[in-house]
Amino acid sequence: MDIYLVEAIINGILLGGVLALLALGLNLIFGVMDVVWIAYADIVMCGMYAIYFLYAQYGVPLPLAFIIAIAGVSGLGVLVHLLIIAPVLDSPPLNQLLATGGLLFFLQSFATLLFGTDFRNIGVRLPVLEIASMYVSFARLIAFAVGLIGAVALYFFLKRTYVGTAIRAIAQDREIVALMGIDQRRIYIVVSAIGGALAGLAACLLALQYDVHPFIGNTFGPVIFIICVLGGLGNMIGGFIAAFVISQIIAIGGYYASTELSYVLAFTFFIVLMLIRPRGLFAP
Amino acid sequence: MFLAAGIVVLIALPLVAPTYFLHLVIQILIWAFIYTAWSLMGRFGFVSFGHGAFMGIGAYVPALLWGYWDVTPWLGIPLSVMASVLLAVIVGYPCFRRKVVGHYFALVTLALSQVVLLSLIAARDITGGSLGFTQKTVGHSWYALQFPEKGYFYAIAVLLWLAGLWVWLWIDRGIGREALEAISEDEDAAAAVGIDVMREKMRVTVISAALTALGGAIYGQYVMYLNPETVSGISVSLQIVFAAILGGVYSLFGPSVGSLLTLSLTEGLRVWFGTNFIGAANTIYGILLVLCVIFMPQGVVGTLQLIRLRRRSQAKPAAAQDGVTAQDGVTAKGGVTAKGGVTT
Amino acid sequence: MLSLATVSAGYGSFQALFGVSLEVSRGEAVGVIGPNGAGKTTLMRVISGILPMRTGAMTFEGRPIGGLPAHRVVEQGIAHVPENRRLFPRLSVEENLRMGAFIPPARARFSEQLDWVYDLFPRLKDRRKQLAGTMSGGEQQMCAIARALMSKPKVLLMDEPSAGLAPLVVAQVFELVRKIRAEGLTVLIVEQNVQQVLEVVDRAYLLEVGAIKLSGTSAELKGNSFIREAYMGL
Repeated sequence: MDIYLVEAIINGILLGGVLALLALGLNLIFGVMDVVWIAYADIVMCGMYAIYFLYAQYGVPLPLAFIIAIAGVSGLGVLVHLLIIAPVLDSPPLNQLLATGGLLFFLQSFATLLFGTDFRNIGVRLPVLEIASMYVSFARLIAFAVGLIGAVALYFFLKRTYVGTAIRAIAQDREIVALMGIDQRRIYIVVSAIGGALAGLAACLLALQYDVHPFIGNTFGPVIFIICVLGGLGNMIGGFIAAFVISQIIAIGGYYASTELSYVLAFTFFIVLMLIRPRGLFAP
Repeated sequence: MFLAAGIVVLIALPLVAPTYFLHLVIQILIWAFIYTAWSLMGRFGFVSFGHGAFMGIGAYVPALLWGYWDVTPWLGIPLSVMASVLLAVIVGYPCFRRKVVGHYFALVTLALSQVVLLSLIAARDITGGSLGFTQKTVGHSWYALQFPEKGYFYAIAVLLWLAGLWVWLWIDRGIGREALEAISEDEDAAAAVGIDVMREKMRVTVISAALTALGGAIYGQYVMYLNPETVSGISVSLQIVFAAILGGVYSLFGPSVGSLLTLSLTEGLRVWFGTNFIGAANTIYGILLVLCVIFMPQGVVGTLQLIRLRRRSQAKPAAAQDGVTAQDGVTAKGGVTAKGGVTT
Repeated sequence: MLSLATVSAGYGSFQALFGVSLEVSRGEAVGVIGPNGAGKTTLMRVISGILPMRTGAMTFEGRPIGGLPAHRVVEQGIAHVPENRRLFPRLSVEENLRMGAFIPPARARFSEQLDWVYDLFPRLKDRRKQLAGTMSGGEQQMCAIARALMSKPKVLLMDEPSAGLAPLVVAQVFELVRKIRAEGLTVLIVEQNVQQVLEVVDRAYLLEVGAIKLSGTSAELKGNSFIREAYMGL
């Protein structure tokens, strides 16, 4: 097999790591609250800007910048929930989509207002490793590893802790959890915080590899949506797997054609699949 | 009374208004047409986040045909409309067959508009990609549908806008409208009473897609410069949805009001702040949209109608009005609802 | 112990309860019987706080509980076994029980409480890892009751525990209620199966169209001709 193809496949797997992380965050929020955060990718963008300014402008050491960013975006998630999601929780899905759509508009434009449309890079150059005459970006390797660790940590949190089990419970029956002393609103806040934290973590990983600009959310946002829908909205494991399926399509498509066409391919694949199996590959 | 004044204004405008102002009005009218086209579907709860796809196709096909092969837009535009309709059918038919609704429908249509956007960018050798595509100018020409004098396009824009309103009324007054409302409320029940759900949904989708493409085409002919980001993709799709909702998606003039408001706001901000505050307009839109969704789901026009009705019902007992009921707010089906109104 | 005074409640413009008053004393088993749509489930929901009370007063052990949100009512010592079981279908039996013990005091005593519950419900122990949604109706009912018991409540509210169950299973469920009573719990049961429930409770109230029509000891009610004709088919 062509070594460059193998390299593409491997890079695809690595790319899948971050996508999976974001898919988990989105699915968590949707599974519990039935709301799709259309602006999720733009929240990640906020995190990336935060890292840029902390590290590249104010000289905060990178690890610290990462921690602050994750905490900050987590807080942003809670804020978004309280201000925008909570008021429309009982509204029809359209209203919820519009509410988060409005947030998307707002975040992208506000970022344009504050920072302009320039591309900014934090300037961290991580080495490119050579493994068996294939080139693998170290940054991407880290991103994959961290993404995986994050996913596993989330898994254990949801399976083994009281709050985590409560989150799974509330996704199955929102009303009745109160009978067990579980405060719905508090769970929503926790879930929003976790979703935000995952976005913040993704921001750290993406900042290592890509430039940030106000519209970067439009590049990977829609990809995350189709991953989640493909895996079944709300299905964490489905989303996890779908992330790697899509990332492979992008990687292999990029190898045979161009990166842009590979995205077109991925989206077309999604649309076609939706028409065959509307509930996703693995509906719950 | 209003109507007469409106007609006078419409006719007089190109004669007295400065060029810049006319330029603004033309754009407001074209976008109003597009938003109205979207609302044909939107008002029945079929919320598409993908109309950017149709607009993009509508704009680029005639432009490319003209630019490379001198094909007149009189031919190019119908072709692009047919292409959009084809796309709408290819995606819409299986979607409706499989009952893809709600979140899933929104995300599928979103993916659709992204596909068109990315395809346009990927085919950069032909389309110019992200740098855009400037149309070949030949001055005043009916063949090329190009007119440097604003007056011509003003007339075209007005006719287009009126045509859009006419189609809206046609659907609103027809039997199709009740069928569609039944469908949006409960698809299975509607099918059970003999409504051909598929045919009704496809019909309104095709009309909506065709008109949106037409709007995109005229827009392209007017501004003479196309960019994938301004005529297709997720931003444009959201913009369409937003403006229609802001103005009020259930009323005839709602989307037009939305166009008026949003474009006026952008221009106003641009004039006031200059280029220092790029992004200010959309920032405000974003906030407005969120506030609108939370507090005023019927949009500006809808809310005004509501207020007017409430006042009237305080004077004498309320009677149900054409399309808007006085009971607990505007009744909506399967979509944006007033607080305390009937929801699906 | 638990007392309701002229409680009213409803859904939107529809009123379901009209000035309901009832009392449950410590150690008692009290039933609420009545036809479909009488408001029995509404009554349970008002007590456990899922549905807000509109007028009236509710006290538990002397403390007012009328305005408490549902998740605080459990802390007071009132556990509600909802109508139709309402287990978490994709959680295992044990995970469902764990959810029942969510409140901090129950969490601390989790393993000890779990042992007690498994003693009461040996079939559940066999199925502890099984997904709750895959169990039979009777097993689910037991799981739902067990889940409510995990918070070590003082009062157990049971909403139609026999609904949708085969007669043999219904008998088992009521046998369970006797066992629970023997452990010292106070029980308030809402039921349509008048015959069976009157065998288990000390007293009962008849709720019709949102208001209390009759009340008395179970012996009295068993002998009451109206009840015999209307609800026991005799």
